[in-house]
Amino acid sequence: MSDNLLSASRVITDKVAENISRVEELAYEIRVREVMTSQVITMHPNDAMQTVLETFRQARISGAPVLEEGNLIGLISIEDLIRCLLKQDLAAPVHQYMTPHPVVVKGDDSVVEALKVFVSKKYGRLPVVDSNGHLIGIITKGDITRGLLRALERDYQSEEVRRYRASHLFEDIESERTSLILRYNIKQGDFEHGGEASAKIKRALLRLGASPQIARRCGIAVYEAEMNLIIHTTEGGVIRAEIEPHQISIDVYDYGPGIRDVELAMQPGYSTASEKVREMGFGAGMGLVNIKRCVDWMKLESEWGKGTRLRMKIYLPPPHTHTKGENSNPT
Amino acid sequence: MRLDQIVNALQLSVLTHPIDLSEVEPTGGYASDLLSCVMSGAQRGNLWVTLQSHLNIVAVAALLDLAAIIITEGAQPDVATLEKAEQEGVILLSTPLPTYTVIGRLWELGVRNPETTP
Repeated sequence: MSDNLLSASRVITDKVAENISRVEELAYEIRVREVMTSQVITMHPNDAMQTVLETFRQARISGAPVLEEGNLIGLISIEDLIRCLLKQDLAAPVHQYMTPHPVVVKGDDSVVEALKVFVSKKYGRLPVVDSNGHLIGIITKGDITRGLLRALERDYQSEEVRRYRASHLFEDIESERTSLILRYNIKQGDFEHGGEASAKIKRALLRLGASPQIARRCGIAVYEAEMNLIIHTTEGGVIRAEIEPHQISIDVYDYGPGIRDVELAMQPGYSTASEKVREMGFGAGMGLVNIKRCVDWMKLESEWGKGTRLRMKIYLPPPHTHTKGENSNPT
Repeated sequence: MRLDQIVNALQLSVLTHPIDLSEVEPTGGYASDLLSCVMSGAQRGNLWVTLQSHLNIVAVAALLDLAAIIITEGAQPDVATLEKAEQEGVILLSTPLPTYTVIGRLWELGVRNPETTP
């Protein structure tokens, strides 16, 4: 487990919160009662340690809560049993060797509470109690790991379900013309988020059941347009992608400064990018060329001082036919 | 050749948290420091060799489903780049060697692109 998870008392900034992994989120979401073992083998304080030995061996467990008249009074573990064995004292009663007043967790606590105890106290297992302090189960690190894995598996399946549902969107909804519109505002100079809109559109297409080749072509075309908005505009612009069963139409527009010579801009290797931007590896003068290669149709209109509008279309093949890959059409 | 073998052979540093590198088998390679050339030339599953180390290389690798990025000449990506790479599941590797040497070694190891192999 990572340190992030365990220092839960630390103030979590937005920046940190963005990077919390799904496993860490789950550790907060999942309750102890969801992952604990509820069929608990218990011992009585007057049982002989010999009985503990036999019970542990038969049930293949390494610890058990000790109950007296239904109340949790201790925990007996394999370490206690070893101490007893060293003294050859197996006839002694459990209460002589058990750890009294054990640390417990509540069934409604987050799994992260149990993890914190495991790390700070080095216990192998914790009794789980309800709000009245009655024993309802026992939890080990293994239980938590299995619980988290199950939850991740569920997450994975729900992504499959989402994908399945999304891919049937166009079949399930009837209209004369159904389309899905995705809109993204792109800020000038925002290199930090460069590529996010294109990644989101690519993911949406995959969920909608588009082939990986189509999603990739669309991703590349939108990426180049997105970086153009970030690098070349005065205040950014908008990407609008409309997805229909037969085509994807992408409209990218901004409010300036515009392109002085559209024909020149379309030529491979021509770029107006600044030296600083070129040092980052942009401004190769290949952006529009790449777009042209990836889409089935494009139109670039611009007026200097006003703004630029780039429209692109990718045609989708009818279902169950072979799709044209972007690489089968080299330039 | 698997990525873990490549990492060992070239003694690359793995900058991102370990995904199982033995499960990744690059389809070939591509080298350029111009992002649009990479966009245009790199194939799915390629290794990308570059000395660029800023945030936007991650977006490129994620969009193209590249196997990994090898950052050359000891260039160090910043924290934001590493975080982004973790998020997007992009593997970042680094080496003090120059790009030319890295490509040469990769070629010797048999990491070649199908259409350029004689």
